[in-house]
Amino acid sequence: MTHTLPPLGPSRKLKPPKEVERTLPNGLTVLAIRRPAVPLVEVRLRVPFARAHLARSALLSQTLLSGTATKSTVDIAAELQAVGGGLAAGLDPDRLVVSGNGLVTGLDRILDVLAEVLTGAAYPKTEVAVERDRLVDRIQVAQSQPSHLARAALLRRMYGNHPYAVQTPDVDQVEAVRPGQLRALHAARIHPAGATLVLVGDFSPGKALDSAERALAGWTGGGADVTLPPAPPLVPAPLLLVDRPGAVQSSLRMALPAVERTHPDHAALQLANLVFGGYFSSRWVENIREDKGYTYGPHSLIEHSEAGSALVVAAEVATEVTGPALLETLYELGRLASLPPKEDELEQARQYALGTLQLGMSTQAGLASLASTYAGFGLRLDYLTEHSARLAKATRDEVAAAAAKYLAPAGAVTVVLGDADRVGSAVAALTPVERAVAQP
Amino acid sequence: MAARRARIPATKYPVERLTLDNGLRVVLAPDRTAPVVGVAVVYDVGIRSEPEGRTGFAHLFEHLMFQGSANLEKLAHFRHVQGAGGTFNGSTHFDYTDYFETLPSNALERTLFLEADRMRGPRLTEENLRNQVDVVKEEIRVNVLNRPYGGFPWLKLPPVLFDTFPNAHDGYGSFTDLEGATVADAADFFERYYACGNAVLAVAGDFDVTEATALVERHFGDVPARPAPERPSFAEPDLTAERRQSYTDPLAPLPAFASAWRVPDPIDDFDAYLPYVVLAEVLTDGEASRLVERLVQRDRSVTSVGSYLGFMGEAFEVRDPTAMLLQAHLPPGGDVDKVLRTVDEELDRLATDGLAPGELARTQARMATHLLRDNDAVLGRALGVAVLEQQRGAPELINELPRLVGAVTQEQVRAAAATLRPDRRATVEVVAGAAAPAGKGKGKANK
Repeated sequence: MTHTLPPLGPSRKLKPPKEVERTLPNGLTVLAIRRPAVPLVEVRLRVPFARAHLARSALLSQTLLSGTATKSTVDIAAELQAVGGGLAAGLDPDRLVVSGNGLVTGLDRILDVLAEVLTGAAYPKTEVAVERDRLVDRIQVAQSQPSHLARAALLRRMYGNHPYAVQTPDVDQVEAVRPGQLRALHAARIHPAGATLVLVGDFSPGKALDSAERALAGWTGGGADVTLPPAPPLVPAPLLLVDRPGAVQSSLRMALPAVERTHPDHAALQLANLVFGGYFSSRWVENIREDKGYTYGPHSLIEHSEAGSALVVAAEVATEVTGPALLETLYELGRLASLPPKEDELEQARQYALGTLQLGMSTQAGLASLASTYAGFGLRLDYLTEHSARLAKATRDEVAAAAAKYLAPAGAVTVVLGDADRVGSAVAALTPVERAVAQP
Repeated sequence: MAARRARIPATKYPVERLTLDNGLRVVLAPDRTAPVVGVAVVYDVGIRSEPEGRTGFAHLFEHLMFQGSANLEKLAHFRHVQGAGGTFNGSTHFDYTDYFETLPSNALERTLFLEADRMRGPRLTEENLRNQVDVVKEEIRVNVLNRPYGGFPWLKLPPVLFDTFPNAHDGYGSFTDLEGATVADAADFFERYYACGNAVLAVAGDFDVTEATALVERHFGDVPARPAPERPSFAEPDLTAERRQSYTDPLAPLPAFASAWRVPDPIDDFDAYLPYVVLAEVLTDGEASRLVERLVQRDRSVTSVGSYLGFMGEAFEVRDPTAMLLQAHLPPGGDVDKVLRTVDEELDRLATDGLAPGELARTQARMATHLLRDNDAVLGRALGVAVLEQQRGAPELINELPRLVGAVTQEQVRAAAATLRPDRRATVEVVAGAAAPAGKGKGKANK
């Protein structure tokens, strides 16, 4: 018997599940999606939070669930746990996100707890002090991680004076935060208007919307609509070499321009990124990992934020091959920016992009996160249908044009964090270099 | 709060088993709610089986299984999976090595072909071996050598708890051993452990059982039969006196420690083992749990604490001997001895006074959510049934685990807590070797 690769079966068209939507009188948008595979529910609440004080926001997200007038941290956690539930708050430069899940029979209880903290989080003194110390320690640990230090240096280079330039507060700023400031920040910013709540689970969507309306109708209050200025365009500059004496690896980071999800170039750029380094079967990964063994997990991806999008390239490479790894990276970017991809490379990237959309929707948690992310940008799941159609028809010429426009290495902002004395001259042989000391 | 008990729900995934003539065991778990499939092939060989002088070899070999096979060039596996819209990976554990894909369901046959082809034989060349030794060294640098708390505790604690090479050695491997590995070593390892009789194939998700059975027969049916090797016992006696070690992590800014206690055999003594799985969650799952409330909220003697079964947190995918672990990070100047004394005190309290009303039921409800959620992903289900079949011959347990966890009684949890004595405990302590950044660390110690 011969062994030859079997063909793929007929592919199924992407069919996003039905989203049922209601905007409550208080301005909160609620989306409910039925996926009955497991008797659970996923919850995602996104509240606009741009330009809020960084240290206070970070601590607010750690203490939102730390008590109300009638409940302690433990009461809140125990009440959620009793229905198999849990909630946690997190922060990005655009939003506060409260996410969680639980047994679907506990949906009402989870929503009641959520409503109670949204309308009555107390930020008790002792709990705030506990979480403040924990946050300080976490930041200290983060600041000892090369990935964090490299990211922080890259963000500063990318964004200059824009609020996105610094996304982790200083220890001193966190230590200065007081409970009263958290209560004030909560009152000023945690409002239903402009917020979205996504529920995915084994339920009737209409009933889930009713539950959300019953629980959250009492969440009120308004405030100024805070928007960020657009992120500044990337300004090419000498490579920033950040010293980390004794490092056995260098953290290589590059930022390149990108466009928002609704931009006409987006699908072509997404495909160009895949061909370059956006998945394992890409030129860059095959080159610096599978051919040369310089690195373990190189990757490039397009990051979307409210004020702008960027393509970020990242690899941890052995100290002794830092120069050669940078050379290959510049080579692969330049090659794709100046020559069109091959037909089969493009098809492979296209199938990957289309297939992973199917995979992303195949669990309750994945669906909830997708729907919530898109809702934060004013999009609904039907965007995926349109986007998959654009991915399906993007031509080689369009992908080549996107690569020329966005992936050209001349447009990159580059940071290398590593042992500067050992890697400096090899890197300087390829590009102008500016040196810096590591900063948190 | 009323101690009303949430009903623990169950799933009803159908689970079909079959064995091919060549000895390959197959588990099929159909579910047509989304057009995706998860495919897993699990080989019954892990870190504990690698030869002395070849630390890290099971993991290095996992890399080699992606480097081309009987009918496929290097890079082809990645391209065919991703070019079908799928994702893939593999991982090496103490007791098994897995290879897996998640794909749109129209790629099922292609995936079966790819897995069958490397079961027939990977392309073990000098060039691929040297390339992957380099890649693995970078993996170790990024995960262990170049970051704070690298390898803590999964690489650092086994040598304190255990004495024999299989249980105690570094599963990532030394650079010397990795560099010394040869193509002949790899061929021997494949011949011995990668027999189809030593493997389980599992498929979960969107397929028809009859069609999938035919596809499995078509692609795996002619893989040459080779029986599973005899698996040696890795048993070691329990500790009779406390063990304690420490090491300085030059990159770590804050102290940390991890402790381990031996637990009953997870396979042969499952009824005695399960209460420990529940106990770990009672102790540290969420802000309402015993040790988080006491150590984090009240004493502020740790900034985080977690407990779990198995060094990789794989409670239902591990064989004897294994352990319950407890790990914590401390604030600057934190006192590990004091924290351990408090842990002992809380375990005593639990063993003596039992649980609070509602405490067990809510912990079990949360555990059910975690189990059901993991199984909502076709890949989670495929991996779960594959290992349950391999280690227990009982893939249908995937549906029963939430209920079994829910059936553990307060008495069993108390009895489990009573066994976690200091004289059976092994502890490894991380001494923070990195100076705290300027302006930090004043007056925070020993709260």
